[in-house]
Amino acid sequence: MLEEEIRNLIAGERAVFIELANKISPEVNRKVHIMASVIEKKKIEGITEIVPTYRSLSIYYDPLKIELEDLLEKLGEIKNSSEEIKIPSPRVIKIPTVYGGEYGPDLEFVAKHNSLSQEEVIKIHTGRDYLVYMFGFSPGHTYLEVDERIATPRLKTPRVNIAAGSVGIGGKQTCIRPQEIPGGLRIIGRTPLKLFNPDKEPPVPFLPGDYLKFNPISEEEYLKLKNR
Amino acid sequence: MSTPILEVLEPGLLTTVQDSGRFGYQKYGVPVSGGMDTFSLKIANLLVANSINEGVLEITGLGIVKLKILNNTAVALTGADLTPMIDTSPLPMWRATEVKKGKILSLGGAKRGFRAYLSVAGGIDIPLVLGSRSTYCKAKIGGIEGRPLRKGDIISSFLPGQSLEEIARRYLPEDSVPDLPEEIEARVIMGPQDDYFKPEGIQTFLNSWYSVSPESDRTGYRLRGPRITHKDKTDIITDAIPLGAIQVPGDGLPIILMADRGPTGGYPKIACILSVDVDKVGQLKPGDKIKFKKIDIKEAHKILQVENGKLLKINNILNEKSTAPAKKRYRVIVEGETYEVTVEEMPG
Repeated sequence: MLEEEIRNLIAGERAVFIELANKISPEVNRKVHIMASVIEKKKIEGITEIVPTYRSLSIYYDPLKIELEDLLEKLGEIKNSSEEIKIPSPRVIKIPTVYGGEYGPDLEFVAKHNSLSQEEVIKIHTGRDYLVYMFGFSPGHTYLEVDERIATPRLKTPRVNIAAGSVGIGGKQTCIRPQEIPGGLRIIGRTPLKLFNPDKEPPVPFLPGDYLKFNPISEEEYLKLKNR
Repeated sequence: MSTPILEVLEPGLLTTVQDSGRFGYQKYGVPVSGGMDTFSLKIANLLVANSINEGVLEITGLGIVKLKILNNTAVALTGADLTPMIDTSPLPMWRATEVKKGKILSLGGAKRGFRAYLSVAGGIDIPLVLGSRSTYCKAKIGGIEGRPLRKGDIISSFLPGQSLEEIARRYLPEDSVPDLPEEIEARVIMGPQDDYFKPEGIQTFLNSWYSVSPESDRTGYRLRGPRITHKDKTDIITDAIPLGAIQVPGDGLPIILMADRGPTGGYPKIACILSVDVDKVGQLKPGDKIKFKKIDIKEAHKILQVENGKLLKINNILNEKSTAPAKKRYRVIVEGETYEVTVEEMPG
């Protein structure tokens, strides 16, 4: 597992970060999630929470239950073991999205900015599968890498409110907003899917390692799905 | 059995239900939330014979709060001194007090500290959301409808673990009551990204007083003071943010990440504050001052052990004064049906 690149970083009195590399790549991220599931399966006494991110794992622990040295030793064993575990094969989750109009007020801007037609922007946005690297920022929120051809800078002044389900572009990323919150994303569409549901376990409809595929729908279909 | 205990007559500017936090869901982007001063929160629970992590009210030292007592109960108030009154008499802090139906509990005017914790005997009866009663307002989860208290809200409690008379005898020994200074020295462990800063940047960080900016909230404390210089990059590949992490964005001004922080972020973290000192940060108000002192991880863990020992001792002292074992009451929802479950702690 990339032995020479791995670093352990102390992050306060209750966390150790295992940093596998210093880059964003699907391969590194896959290793992060495999390692997270191996550690979870070991059920090491004293580990309270594991937060996998792009290229590192944050291991939260209770120093009253496990000493740092013991923890590092146990984690070291896991890093060095050749144990291969099966993680669920990635799924492709369809994200039905209505583009443009009142649901995507910035579609026109994104098109103009990139010298494309609105139809071309939709075609490019729906034309690839997006790897879910991680969740973060807010409940159910995930960052996806967008095609360079439709990358667009964020709004200089964030909107006070962006509707839940809004699909937007900010720089080289595209995101779906699970909650109604302020933000500077260029909004190009909206999905009727509920992306965070605290009454469900897990509270999210897809997991890191899955792929998302935006699927264009009409306003009629949007309303039908929304009210279902 | 749930009993209506408080009616909100005046909610203040920010009063929310909080417990020790929502753990295990950061990997889905869910903030931990919970009390900003967890020591005061835990003591508030212990004083009314609740289990240590029950939901209590976190009352911010802004505006006037008025609560009507709807049924006889016992309450305890810890943390900031916000001039608490029962009708026209002062309500003593750091001890349990029996309060009668019809009385008005009021707070207003921060004398010391910034956040007060009000516990009620039995604990606040609201459903657990992802294992916690803490309110996270931005995503509207937990607490009362995921929002701060409003005028007209009714707060109910579970049945108290002991008689109100017994509970009312519980108080925190004077020498355990924390003072809540306006200037603090917070102990930090350097890293995880202190290598993003120039040596003079680290010196600035460790040798300067910073003041709390008015743009501080439950998510983070923004600080004003000397700017910390980065080596070259001012952002990292987004990774996790522990409680009390101090991130320094491009402008060089540090931000302390608190209870409602997002679980991940993209600015380099120069250091992380010890949890016992994060509680003190949670009591700072805009204009208060903070300085940082570097210690190593071994020292930090020793301090944590000592502080945990103090908390256990307090728990023992409180329980010696009353004989009944602490009972925990849970509301469990199974397939839409709600059940009350009582768990009694075995002695020894």
